[in-house]
Amino acid sequence: MADEVVLLDYWASMFGMRARVALAEKGVKYEYREEDLRNKIKSQLLLQMNPVHKKIPVLIHNGKPVSESLIIVQYIDEVWRDKAPLLPSEPYQKAHSRFWADFIDKKLYDACSKIWSTKGEEREAAKKDFIEILKQLEGQLGDKPYFEGEKFGFLDIALITFYCWFHAFETCGNFSIEAECPKLIAWAKRCMQRESVSRSLADEKKVYELVLGVQKMLGVE
Amino acid sequence: MATEDVVLLDCWASPYCMRVKIALEEKGIKYEERAEDLFGGKSELLLTSNPVYAKVPVLLHKGKPLCESSIIVGYIEETWASPPLLPSCPYARSQAKFWVDYVDKKLFDAGGNIWRTKGEAQEVAIKDFIEVLKQLEKVLGDKDFFGGDSFGFVDIITIAITSWFLAFEKFGNFKVEDHTPKLSAWINRCMQRKTVAKVIPDPEKIYEFVINLKKMMGME
Repeated sequence: MADEVVLLDYWASMFGMRARVALAEKGVKYEYREEDLRNKIKSQLLLQMNPVHKKIPVLIHNGKPVSESLIIVQYIDEVWRDKAPLLPSEPYQKAHSRFWADFIDKKLYDACSKIWSTKGEEREAAKKDFIEILKQLEGQLGDKPYFEGEKFGFLDIALITFYCWFHAFETCGNFSIEAECPKLIAWAKRCMQRESVSRSLADEKKVYELVLGVQKMLGVE
Repeated sequence: MATEDVVLLDCWASPYCMRVKIALEEKGIKYEERAEDLFGGKSELLLTSNPVYAKVPVLLHKGKPLCESSIIVGYIEETWASPPLLPSCPYARSQAKFWVDYVDKKLFDAGGNIWRTKGEAQEVAIKDFIEVLKQLEKVLGDKDFFGGDSFGFVDIITIAITSWFLAFEKFGNFKVEDHTPKLSAWINRCMQRKTVAKVIPDPEKIYEFVINLKKMMGME
């Protein structure tokens, strides 16, 4: 019986992109459905499939929904386990990856948003926080090609989707991420050579245009 | 039995620490509890084992540190297989993880807002807290446990926080049982388990702890 896989998503969401990368790594065919979040319109299907948080991404597998991007990636890894394992198999390594993915979720998004949604001193503070967080992650990467070692995996997926937003952060904040975290940028470029990543991430110029539009709405430049 | 070499950096009142202890007890793993004085001064071991957050719980297994309670419980589940705390089917596992995440994001903070506020703000906090409880009661349904017939991951993550419910109730002047009787029944059912009863402290002591905490924070 063929699997029916639908992804409710938004083109610019770094969380939605995580699911796209994971599905691509596993070679899973799926139907992509765009939610019109820019105009704050949520479809009936989204409200039905994620009544608790009403957020994307939602993976609908044979009619059954899975929400929260990191939970979705783990689910994809467990269901399609014959190809491209994403999480380490060893429990300590797995816990380590989950810890740092959780760190990204707790810290990175808020720091990022403040860079483009605030001005003046608040923006400078946000830039400082953002770089500190990236440096901590760069420390975890060390000299390894990927976060978990030789193979691209869960923690790489958790972070790489933010990469297409870097151009917007740099331009709004007037700084260079590469100057601060060269090893991390080298890692990002390495990941972008994977088709699963380059095809799943949004175009950074379009992301920047989106940010400009939202800034206008918020009255921030 | 060989020593598993498990050390837990702990604070008796922390529901996050209680979760880890219950999981270890369920798996029958012997561990050493090392109390951290979170107000007096954190130990060198805590600061070096959890440099990112400097928080308890930290589990040290053969010297290697694990942090963040839900992640620690996941590690315990995967390291010591029996009895299983998560179902084996990937979909059921994803749903369990979703509710663990929900409880983590919502329950303790909602309760915390009750003792941290007064007047109208407190009324709103109580309303929000009860909404979270009603959501959880819905998920529980007519099952004995969140895990179904057997006590599992979601039960462990949630029951630890219920140790603070008496404090929330006293500060907010309301009773959980009046709003979510099925959830209260589930609490009592869990408290009958040896592992849970051994770990969960007397809720009256938690209430006193919160009174002292408020004094220390300069709140009336």
